[in-house]
Amino acid sequence: MSDRIFGGIGLLLAAFFIWGATQIELSFISDPVGPRKFPMIIGAVLGLASLVVLIRPDAEPHWPPLGRLAEIAGAVAVMVAYALLLPDLGFVIATAAASAVLTWRLGTRPLWAVVTGVLTSLGIYTVFHLILGLSLAKGPLGF
Amino acid sequence: MDALASLADGFAVALTWQNLFLALVGCFLGTVMGALPGLGPSNGVAILIPLAFTLGLGPTEAMILLTSVYYGAMYGGRISSILLNIPGDEPALMTTLDGYPMAQQGRGGEALALSGVASFVGAFLATWGLVFLAPQLVKVALLFGPAEYFALFVLAFATLGGIASRNQAKAAFAAALGLGIAMVGVDGQTGVPRFSFGEVHLYDGIDFLVAIVGLFALSEVFIFLEHRGEASVEGKDTGAGIGRIVPSGRLIARCTPTMLRTSLLGFIAGVLPGAGASLGSFLAYSMEKKLVDREGTFGTGDPRGVAAPEAGNNAAAGGALVPMLALGVPGSGTTAVLLAMLLALNITPGPLLFTQNPDVVWGLIAALFIGNLMLLAMNIPMVGLFVRVLLVPPRILMPIVAMVSFVGIYGISGSTFDLLVMVVFGVLGWLLRKLDVPLVPVILGVLLGNLMEANLRRAMTISDGDWTTLFASPLSIGLWTVSIVGFVLPIIFGKVLRARMGRRKDEEGAVSD
Repeated sequence: MSDRIFGGIGLLLAAFFIWGATQIELSFISDPVGPRKFPMIIGAVLGLASLVVLIRPDAEPHWPPLGRLAEIAGAVAVMVAYALLLPDLGFVIATAAASAVLTWRLGTRPLWAVVTGVLTSLGIYTVFHLILGLSLAKGPLGF
Repeated sequence: MDALASLADGFAVALTWQNLFLALVGCFLGTVMGALPGLGPSNGVAILIPLAFTLGLGPTEAMILLTSVYYGAMYGGRISSILLNIPGDEPALMTTLDGYPMAQQGRGGEALALSGVASFVGAFLATWGLVFLAPQLVKVALLFGPAEYFALFVLAFATLGGIASRNQAKAAFAAALGLGIAMVGVDGQTGVPRFSFGEVHLYDGIDFLVAIVGLFALSEVFIFLEHRGEASVEGKDTGAGIGRIVPSGRLIARCTPTMLRTSLLGFIAGVLPGAGASLGSFLAYSMEKKLVDREGTFGTGDPRGVAAPEAGNNAAAGGALVPMLALGVPGSGTTAVLLAMLLALNITPGPLLFTQNPDVVWGLIAALFIGNLMLLAMNIPMVGLFVRVLLVPPRILMPIVAMVSFVGIYGISGSTFDLLVMVVFGVLGWLLRKLDVPLVPVILGVLLGNLMEANLRRAMTISDGDWTTLFASPLSIGLWTVSIVGFVLPIIFGKVLRARMGRRKDEEGAVSD
């Protein structure tokens, strides 16, 4: 079933892609192929491959139970929050918080998770900023 | 010999303190990454690319660092295969068959030492193969026009799924998806924006480094999160004894014919498109089993069964560099990632690389020789150190992987948008792996999409819009034929081959080699 849904989504994506290709504006300078045809060929291959998957699906993959899916969604949320807050909080605080949450969800006990998060953050800061001189996000506190 | 003279120049480039240091760091990191289950050569190199880029390393330095990681990972994979019965990366899968039984018999140290020597022999011979074969291939490649290049790209995509590919429709889907992503952004020839839907951030296209790190590194974090608490991902104790770490001369002498044969086989498997290190080690093991296993000891801790796949996969790793450097078309996952590094540094691999940047090529090859010696030194006396690294539990390691990925990407652009795109690619990578869609064609598509289109349009401009120009020369007809055969063969033989390679340990598998 998963593969059938996957194939269906693939087909929609291919259709959308080909439609998108027809929307590309043509410029007055052009070569014989132009900017539209290659994307259309790709869209056709995408659609054909999706169709084959739709018609001849593989065995059902092993999906994790709902709880685990929620875990993954949670991790995605943490990462998105990390990306958005990084410039405001600064590298050290944001990274300590994000890695503490991640290691906690991966099975570290809460108190140790905080310690691990802080150590991870400081370790990366030391290696990449202090030793290698990479510029990391600066927060209001300057680190 | 031209090649030898160039190689001597290469040593002059590689033998600076900075380059030696980078090779040392690369070898060390590579071995660690190879040894840790879940981190393999391709995601290891992927995480380091943005870092090498932001640190402002020059092309030669960056390539020395990354190929040392690549070679190192091939060495490191065997450690957890032998001690824990968990392959550290996919090519090391075959090493578990005889390596783990040896460890259970208390001969783990011997197995580690022997496989270290076998890795060295494989990599050493393959690097010599690279020295002599790559310049020959360059001569062929100089005959290529845009039409032939287009056919070559098609060949790369058609064969990338590999002989053991499970589902060619999914491999084709992956390639088309990657190519489609590459189309986003301003068209290089006419200057019109494509698929950017008015979003300014998309005008530049999607940075392939962002895509690679997301697909390879972040998806690994999600896989770990999914399997949390299952025995195979928690750090296991090395219950088996290590024993002596020095290999006896007799043992090595007994395995020498095996190592030589499998190195050659592995190298060929590496050079050919669509094979790569995993298949190299598999072929090496099965060949040796047929040839020398008269008492039926393979699979019960036969030293030759440890030497064969290790020599095979290291030789294949060296062989895979040949098409990447000489043609600019990689045949395996990790070489695709290495290609990304070159492209990020504005260096186009292929025949011109050998004439325009000989210092990069030959410095790199010389560094491979040096790195290989370092790896031998690191992997036999110091193997105990790497064994200890294996005890770092994934619950601590994985957040570090995620954070280092963010650091690298943020370092390049300083843009939150890129970080978000990377997370999207991480989720996409996880989904695709669950659905058994290979990730390497996606990466290759993102990397090569624009070059492929440019060659198509150049060929068509030359022929003034006549599509038959794509099949006009014998060379391009040959390339098209190989592509079609390479795409169709796995549909027929893939099932048989997969059944023989045995069930893989985890269904999502390591990303690739």
